[in-house]
Amino acid sequence: MIWLLACLLVPFITAVTCLFCRRHVNLVRVIGVSGAGILFFVSVMLLSEVLESGYIVLQLGSWPAPFGITLIVDLLSASMVVITGLIAFMVAIYSIQDIEDRLVRSNYFALFHFLIMGVNGAFVTGDLFNLYVWFEVMLIASFVLITLGGERDQLEGGVKYLVINLVASILFLSGVGLLYGELGTLNMADIAKKLADAPNAFSVTSSTMFLLAAFGIKAAMFPFFFWLPASYHTPRVAISALFAGLLTKVGVYALIRSYTLIFNTQFELVQDILLFLAAATMITGVLGAAVQYEIRKILSFHIVSQIGYMIMGLAIGSALALSGAVFYILHHIIVKTNLFLIGGLIMRKCGTADLKKIGGLYASMPLLALLFFIPAFSLGGIPPLSGFWAKFSIIKAGLDGNHAIMVTVALLVGVLTLYSMTKIWAEAFWKDAPVGKSEDSNKEPGLLQNKLGLSQVIPCVALAVLTLVIGLWSQPLFILAERTSQQLLNPDAYIAAVLERTTDAPIVTLDN
Amino acid sequence: MEILIAILIGTLFGGGIYCLLRRSLMKIVIGIMLLSQGANLLVFAVGGLVPVTPVFALGESEVPPVGHADPLPQALVLTAIVIGFGLVIFTIALLLRAYDAVGSDDMNAFNQTDQIS
Repeated sequence: MIWLLACLLVPFITAVTCLFCRRHVNLVRVIGVSGAGILFFVSVMLLSEVLESGYIVLQLGSWPAPFGITLIVDLLSASMVVITGLIAFMVAIYSIQDIEDRLVRSNYFALFHFLIMGVNGAFVTGDLFNLYVWFEVMLIASFVLITLGGERDQLEGGVKYLVINLVASILFLSGVGLLYGELGTLNMADIAKKLADAPNAFSVTSSTMFLLAAFGIKAAMFPFFFWLPASYHTPRVAISALFAGLLTKVGVYALIRSYTLIFNTQFELVQDILLFLAAATMITGVLGAAVQYEIRKILSFHIVSQIGYMIMGLAIGSALALSGAVFYILHHIIVKTNLFLIGGLIMRKCGTADLKKIGGLYASMPLLALLFFIPAFSLGGIPPLSGFWAKFSIIKAGLDGNHAIMVTVALLVGVLTLYSMTKIWAEAFWKDAPVGKSEDSNKEPGLLQNKLGLSQVIPCVALAVLTLVIGLWSQPLFILAERTSQQLLNPDAYIAAVLERTTDAPIVTLDN
Repeated sequence: MEILIAILIGTLFGGGIYCLLRRSLMKIVIGIMLLSQGANLLVFAVGGLVPVTPVFALGESEVPPVGHADPLPQALVLTAIVIGFGLVIFTIALLLRAYDAVGSDDMNAFNQTDQIS
């Protein structure tokens, strides 16, 4: 119980302390990094507690379940919180040298921890309106972070990011409102129970679609993904690595929660839509990446295509597919954050992320090449690395479920992913450095220091080693993913865990 | 009454989406404001518009009178209004900064981050 509260309170307290100490730049750095470290420890403790007990439920203010706000952690929430803690810790270490004093004084670390608090809150809440509030906490912090440097590209990308996310929030709120009007409850477990009891639940379809669109925008799904490659390459590397790892996955988490719990009984209704959207997301994302020549733009488009795999796992809906999707999310967060951070190292070394202007890195920095090789080819799904197991289980589940088209698309997209990773590899590492090195042209501001600091290399190495470990020894993580999917496929246990203490409470019905 | 509110919500959503699809930054702010007001009104109205009977337990009785107004949507809308207020202020500030940086309030000038380098 204490760990559940701590995973929200630690980032909050850290953020407020950072706000108070804003004048002392180095003190803020120490607080920011140690806060993230404590959060990682807390989240691991939370996961170990959930592994023992199955569910941790906290009724805020001791209001019985459908009336008050419920915080609930199951295995999916706990694994997401752990991976959030890990990424927060790694990115905080990377930020020590990457984020200069000016931005630290503009409250970088405070915003960072408010963002993490919002992300964690979205993972642990069991109430739909509360989820909306956590989304807003996360969004407001991310709006400020993405425009923190105040450069033209950041403001421009920020506008696109802001407007589409505000529209998503409004759709989310409308969907929540309609659902409340129909069922008179906002507790996720209670909604699921009422929908299961009501045979003609067709009238909630409108709110299902509102929520699908809202979460689809957050997750950068097919028709709604254009904001992501337009904005994710603009902020400072540490910030875009954090966003790339975590924010879209909150949307995917919300989708998984929706269709395994809240709208579980209506899953058949949206299954075909989800399958189509997953295929379209994969294809458009990977094709978008193929034409780009800027490292972070390529990686941004790959976020989109990888989201497609996760949605595909959710849409197939069998036990293996869901565990594949969970495994995919965990693997993807590690690998994608790592790739953005390494992209940052390349940018710092060469002064630009434009593949046409850099080259010869394999000769000058073979270790950096090795460091890039591991996550890049893990993303492409090369066998001993973690991405292979993720793709393998989802494609296996697709074959078992006779989704031949989906499997074809997934395999094809895997090849194209490999193509753009080899493009970065060939252009940045193998190609000779272009003559007339871009010393004067195109130095991006804030990247003038060419030496790589130790604190920037350590997180990249740690994440790459983790990728290797998951790849070579994937059994423990896969068992975790399997247990998670068993929990997800058994929403009755979740509902019982939330509502059990309220069976003897007086039942009040609203007749309006 | 419900039908009037429903028409009003529809008008707010329609107007908001129309403004969002225009190219001017100012109209985007107006569009977002209209949309969020529409959503707030929607949440408020789905609770049922019950006049006169508030959710107070009168006198000795322990339970509120039958057919009382549902207080929860009102609480939700208050939260949503406060969040929306903060977001609109931030939007205006950001669009102002972006206008200064880009030098145009035409969305067609906001294409630098989309270009294939």
